[in-house]
Amino acid sequence: MDSATSDPRTPLGAPADNGLKIVVVGALGVGKTTLVHSVSEIRPLSTEETMTRAGATVDDIRQVRGKSATTVAFDFGRISLDAHNVLYVFGAPGQERFWFLWDRLFSGTLGAVVLVDTRRIDDSWYAIDRLEHHGTPFIVACNDFGGPVHAPKDVRAALDLDPHVPLIDCDARSRQSAQQVLITLVQHVRNRYAGPSLPAALPRQEFV
Amino acid sequence: MSRPGRDDAPDRLYTLTQGRSRTGPASPFDLVTLVVAESEPVAGMQSEHAAILRIAQFPASVAEIAAELRLPVGITKVLLCDLLAAGRVSARHPRRPATTDPDIMEQVIVGLRNL
Repeated sequence: MDSATSDPRTPLGAPADNGLKIVVVGALGVGKTTLVHSVSEIRPLSTEETMTRAGATVDDIRQVRGKSATTVAFDFGRISLDAHNVLYVFGAPGQERFWFLWDRLFSGTLGAVVLVDTRRIDDSWYAIDRLEHHGTPFIVACNDFGGPVHAPKDVRAALDLDPHVPLIDCDARSRQSAQQVLITLVQHVRNRYAGPSLPAALPRQEFV
Repeated sequence: MSRPGRDDAPDRLYTLTQGRSRTGPASPFDLVTLVVAESEPVAGMQSEHAAILRIAQFPASVAEIAAELRLPVGITKVLLCDLLAAGRVSARHPRRPATTDPDIMEQVIVGLRNL
């Protein structure tokens, strides 16, 4: 065994009682798993959800045989923030077939990071659109793939990004950089809800 | 890596849960609900139930349990509901809404800075 922190079975402390979640959304190959790995205290785990598109009302597992069944896999890592709070960071695909699972899996998330490859900006439009639709606070982080540097204002324009949404550069391989991405998100969320007049802007928090 | 939850015939999942593919709207389990075993596995227990009790000797999230069992999250929640109803596990649910609790948000930022 390499170390305690590389063992996926490293247990949480007995007092841990409050799970929190952040979701990293992005296209295939954009570095979601890398970012999760950079900040996680455990080797990232993978799990999945399987359901039918008609699942909202009729949900019988026998329908999984049908062509409408969809399996979405997602990676996640864990950060013990203190004795009680445990943050789970989920890497989730950005493509269309994933989003009908959002309410079931990610309602109540603190917020989301849209991880962008500036060489493939178009891949991020759909994710941003869906997050806005769900009322989930988010930031945009451009993963550095060593290509040409794009001016923030150009990226912002290409994404048609609301001026209040933070846009940062990052290197998903770097623990420090990935850590800064999460801090930027949580600060953004805190600021968004800090005002006294914003309860109407709350994302939906229902259990599913 | 083979992932039984994905590759096996759906019949296996159907059998595991006696046909229930998901929990109802009243399901208390969130992806990050922390589950704690309240009893030891006993002989004759469904093997997935016994596995959950072993995994949850220390607090473990629904996501971690699903990953370890290599079962879809929805199926895992069904199994957890059985154990919760039988008093074999307890569930520590996320405090909500965390985003509007300045104390929790501050704790998250402090915890991230200390990484």
